[in-house]
Amino acid sequence: MVDIPEHLLLRTAEARAKALGISVEQALAEMKGQSEPTIISKEPDAQLLEETAVQEAEVPKSEPDVEKPKEEPAAEKTESEVITPIKEEHAAETPQKVAAVTIEEKPAAKAPAPAPEKPAAQAPAAKVSAPPAAAAKNGAPEEVDFAPEVKVTQRLLTVVKAKPIQKPVAEPVDKVNTWPHLMLPEFVSLMAMTAFLILLSAILQAPLLEEANPNVTPNPAKAPWYFLGLQELLSYWDPQIAGVMIPLVLGVVLWMAFPYIDRNPETNPSKRKFAIMFYTFFLAGAGVLTIIGVLFRGPGWNWTYPWIDGIWFDDLLDWIHFE
Amino acid sequence: MQKLSLRDKIKEARISAADSFRGGKLMSSIFRPGSPFRKGYVDSPRNRSYVVMNNVLYHLHPVKVKRHGVRLSYTLCLGGLSFFLFIVLTITGIWLMFYFRPTELAYVDIQNLQTSIAFGSLVRNMHRWGAHLMVLVVFLHMSRVFYHGAYKAPREFNWVIGVILLLLTLLLSFTGYLLPWDQLAIWAVTVGGNMAGYTPVIGAQAKFGLFAGLEATTATLLRFYVLHVLFLPFIIVIFMAVHFWRVRKDGGISGPL
Repeated sequence: MVDIPEHLLLRTAEARAKALGISVEQALAEMKGQSEPTIISKEPDAQLLEETAVQEAEVPKSEPDVEKPKEEPAAEKTESEVITPIKEEHAAETPQKVAAVTIEEKPAAKAPAPAPEKPAAQAPAAKVSAPPAAAAKNGAPEEVDFAPEVKVTQRLLTVVKAKPIQKPVAEPVDKVNTWPHLMLPEFVSLMAMTAFLILLSAILQAPLLEEANPNVTPNPAKAPWYFLGLQELLSYWDPQIAGVMIPLVLGVVLWMAFPYIDRNPETNPSKRKFAIMFYTFFLAGAGVLTIIGVLFRGPGWNWTYPWIDGIWFDDLLDWIHFE
Repeated sequence: MQKLSLRDKIKEARISAADSFRGGKLMSSIFRPGSPFRKGYVDSPRNRSYVVMNNVLYHLHPVKVKRHGVRLSYTLCLGGLSFFLFIVLTITGIWLMFYFRPTELAYVDIQNLQTSIAFGSLVRNMHRWGAHLMVLVVFLHMSRVFYHGAYKAPREFNWVIGVILLLLTLLLSFTGYLLPWDQLAIWAVTVGGNMAGYTPVIGAQAKFGLFAGLEATTATLLRFYVLHVLFLPFIIVIFMAVHFWRVRKDGGISGPL
């Protein structure tokens, strides 16, 4: 047998106990097959419901605690009756009493030992107040006073929680198939990149100067272009600052830690102006320094103008002389 | 029935032969169900899922992606192109290894490659320009990610891996810079290595470790060669695997903005 979680079992037992007017323990025992099931009356309750269509809605919630005379009219029936569970043999008797419309007031105060409130007992939209419900749960049949005058109006079959069992956690996302909507553009861009690279390589010759000679230092000696911004910085500041601290601390540590520093969850550009400004300044700074290093630095790392003095950057040799 | 001309008969025979080949056991064993190369492929939502699901690409792509993410203007394909350039560089690099010795002969080898080996010059150019391009594309990819705020939770750690990948790309490019063993190579690497020498406390050691000596020599060449063709690619592939895996685990492409 499938194991039913204890809390669900209990909830069902409570509902059943309430409906049949038996104790929760007994209902539980019945459900587990440990005792004989309570026989349900053949009396149709629907009939009762129809006959006693009452204005329960008008009854204020606070009323059940108020003592009322026995001769109250039907319109003033209180909640305690509304939810009073039916003992089945009793339910069979009631139809004869319907015409009389006499009411036995059963204030909530009379309910036997208040059991701890269970949310399941209060849940439905029907105006169920806790104490009578507790009475139903708790009370063994002899404890609950089912006076013959009590007019049964409705019967609680079960208690259904208002909330769904499964809670959706993610909103549906507008998605498309990877094939062909993503893979095709990818394939096209790969092809375009390949074509571009082959074309570039066919047109532009990679530089190859004379053989390496440690004894002949070219002037200027330039690093690869992606380090030329740093080399440019080196000409301004102490090498320990420009050559190491900036690339290491700023470039690596700060860069890696950036998502942990910028805790602003917004992705909308207008709501993260500082971050965008910061990066754009970095980009512009790195770009300007690199361009200066590549194009505007000549022998002795002196300032040169590419259109006057030519370009001192051998990596771009073929680009420069390419007509 | 209309009598077929010889040309039509040949055409029909060709089509039926192609059909029986595509539907045959060989092709069915190669291409898994749902492959567009299989016989009887029809464009249906089910098959569109199968194309990815029954494919080695499933390790890279999910079956479905966010609609805004497939717009070319969102990513400009920069991450994919970085990876693709890495593959191009691996292929051309392996090819170049056939003709290259990281010794005093390195320079001669490059000269021979350019002058006497078929496509040698083209492949070398592709490798070099491709490397420059990869540095550029990786950098642009990082900028794209930054401007989209795609490094934010839950993608913080993938950004960290991305920065590591950028550094590894730079190192790969830098170590490769020395290999032609010409004046450009040795002096660019000397400048770069001297920068490492300015590291506080361990500067001298860092420089010595990088150069395998006090200055760039053929020992440096061998060291850079091993780093370039074996060590760094090995490391970068591991980080790339984690990077791609995290992209999917962190919920696919970021956004929309």
